[in-house]
Amino acid sequence: MPRYYTEEHEWIDVDGDVATVGITDFAQGQLGDIVFVEVPDTGAELSQGGDAAVVESVKAASDVYAPVDGVVTEGNGQLEEDPALVNSDPEGEGWFFRMTLSDKSQLDALMNATAYKAFCDDL
Amino acid sequence: MTALNASGWRPEMNAGGADDSATFTGNRALMLEEPLIFEIGSTETTGVDFDSVVIGRPQVGNLYRDDPIGLPGLSEGETVRHYTRLSRQNYAIDLGLFPLGSCTMKHNPRLNEKVARMPGFADIHPLQPQETVQGALAVINELAIWLIKLTGMHGVAMTPKAGAHGELCGILCIKAALEARGEDRRVLLVPESAHGTNPATAAFAGFRVEDIPATPEGRVDLEALKARLGPDVAGVMITNPNTCGLFERDMKAISDAVHAAGGYVYCDGANFNAIVGKVRPGDLGVDAMHINLHKTFSTPHGGGGPGSGPVVLSEALAPFGPIPYAARYADGSFKLVEEESAGAEHPDTFGRMTAFHGQMGMFTRALTYMLSHGADGLKQVAEDAVLNANYILRSLDDVLEAPFGGSGPCMHEALFTDNGLAEGFSTLDIAKGIIDEGYHPMTVYFPLVVHGAMLIEPTETESKAVLDQFIGALRSVALRAKQGDPALKSAPHFAPRARLDETRAARNPILSWSEPAVAPGEPSLSELGGS
Repeated sequence: MPRYYTEEHEWIDVDGDVATVGITDFAQGQLGDIVFVEVPDTGAELSQGGDAAVVESVKAASDVYAPVDGVVTEGNGQLEEDPALVNSDPEGEGWFFRMTLSDKSQLDALMNATAYKAFCDDL
Repeated sequence: MTALNASGWRPEMNAGGADDSATFTGNRALMLEEPLIFEIGSTETTGVDFDSVVIGRPQVGNLYRDDPIGLPGLSEGETVRHYTRLSRQNYAIDLGLFPLGSCTMKHNPRLNEKVARMPGFADIHPLQPQETVQGALAVINELAIWLIKLTGMHGVAMTPKAGAHGELCGILCIKAALEARGEDRRVLLVPESAHGTNPATAAFAGFRVEDIPATPEGRVDLEALKARLGPDVAGVMITNPNTCGLFERDMKAISDAVHAAGGYVYCDGANFNAIVGKVRPGDLGVDAMHINLHKTFSTPHGGGGPGSGPVVLSEALAPFGPIPYAARYADGSFKLVEEESAGAEHPDTFGRMTAFHGQMGMFTRALTYMLSHGADGLKQVAEDAVLNANYILRSLDDVLEAPFGGSGPCMHEALFTDNGLAEGFSTLDIAKGIIDEGYHPMTVYFPLVVHGAMLIEPTETESKAVLDQFIGALRSVALRAKQGDPALKSAPHFAPRARLDETRAARNPILSWSEPAVAPGEPSLSELGGS
C-alpha cells in the first residue's frame, strides 16, 4: 500500500479507491501535545489544498488540508475522545479521515517517504 | 532521567511532600497560599446578620427555589483577605515590565483616573437629556477630532468597544460601500503577518478569507497580492506595523493596487503605538483602521478595564459609518445623531453596533492622555517605544535568533525564535523560566510564520535601567536553554504554582467548583447548609 506525503505534513495511504489521511510524526512533534481534533463529516467534499480538519495543540491551532480531491467516507471518531492518539501513533491509530479519490493523478505530485524525509531535513 | 512530556510537566509534581522546604501552612513568608472561596467559607455560616426572613407566598410560581443555594458565607474581613491574597499572586504593569508583544501594556497615568472619576463624566447616564451632558458629548467630539488628525482620515466611528469589534465595524463599512456600488465581492485577502483576529472578523462578516504569503524578510509579498487582486476581491486586511514587528513599507503601493482593482484597504491599528504622530495612515491609502484606545492611548489594559476601538474612515467609507455619533452644530452645541435624525444627516449608515455612544470612561482617559502629552509628546511616545524595542532586539540577538534582524530596525516589538536551543528545549521553557525571574512572559508561539516565536514589546514606559535588568534576565534564561539546564525544564520553581500540566488542563478542563464527593451516610456540605 503506497504512502504519500504533502508539504503541509499530511500523509495519505491509498488502498484501491479509498485513501486514509493523517498528519505526520514530524508534524505532531512540532505541534506538541494535541488537545483537540475536529475531523470532517462523512460526505464532505474536499478539494486539494482546501481545509479538511482542525488540530489544536497546547501551542497553536492549525488546519489540516486535503491532500487530494475527494469525498469523506469516514472521520476518526476516536480522536474526539482521545486526541493524544495523534501524538502516540500519528501515522497509525491517529489517522484523521478516509476519503475517495476523484483524480488519482494528483498523487503523482506528492512526495514518497524518502523525498518527505529529505524535505523535513531541510526545514 | 525523568520522562518529560512536551510541555515539561512531570507527573510527580502533583505528589507533594518531595519539597524539603515545604512549610506547615503551605505559605512561603509573604506569599500566602490561598484556597478557593468555596473551600474557606462554609455554607453553614453567613457574613451578614439578617433578621430571620419569613417567606410568604412565592411570587415566581414554580421557579421558587427551595433547596440551599450553597454559597460560602464569609465575613467582610475574610472576603477582603481572600481577594487581596489572590491579587498578590497576579502580575501587573504597576509591578513591573510587561513584555507582552502586540499588546502595548503601558503605564496608565493616574491623571487619567482622576479625570475619569469626575462626577460630570462618571455619574451620568446614557439616556440623560442631551442638554444636560454637553460636556461629555464635547469630550467624545474632541477625541474624535484628535483621532482624525493623528490618522489623516476623514471620519471616525467612536462606538466600537474593542479591537475586534472595530475590525467588524470597518469591514461592515466596506460591505455597505460595496452594496451601494451594487457589487458582489466576496473575498478578503489577509497576509500571514496580520493579527489572528483579522481572518476571524472577515469570516464573521461573511467574506471568504484568502492568505497572502510573507516575504523572507517578514513583510507582505506585494507581487503575490497584486496577482490575486480581481473583481471578486472586496479588499485586504493588513496589520501595520505587522506582527513580525516590521513596518509594511510597501503600504502605499499595496493600497494603490487594491484601489485600482476596486477594493478597499482595512488596516489593523493595534500596533499604532509605534507610529503615532510619525505616520498618518490616511496618507498610506488606508480606508478604515481601528485604534485601540486601551493600548495606544493608555486606558487600563490587562485586567484593568474595558477596551475601546474607534475606527477611522476614509472619505469613501465615512458615509457608511455607524450611528450614534456626537455631532457639533454651528451654535456650539452637541447632539447625538441617532435613527431619528440619521435620515437627514447620515443617510447611508450601515446601522448601529452598540446600544449607546461607546466607552465613555475610555474616552475621558484617552483624551486626558493626549492632552497631557500634546502632539509632540505623542510623537516621542512612538519614538521611545521603537527605540526601546530595538535596544532589546540588538541586546539579545547574539543569544536568541532574530529571524528578521536583517530586515532593518524593528518597530515597537522585537521578534525571536527558539532555533539554536539545546535538544528538547523550546520557547515554552524560556517563557516559564522568565516567570522565576519575576516577569510576565512575552507573547509566545505567535506569529506563526517563525519557529517558536517570542514577541517582546517593552513600550516607551520603561527606563534603560529596567530594560537592562530584563535583558540580563532573559539572556541568562536563554543561555540556560542553550546549555540544556534540566532545572529550566520544570520552571517556574518560585511561582505560586510550579509547571502546570497544560495538556491535561486543555484536554480535561475543570471550570467550576463542585462539592467534593462525601462518604455514603454523611451529609453533604449543601445539606448541612440548608437548616
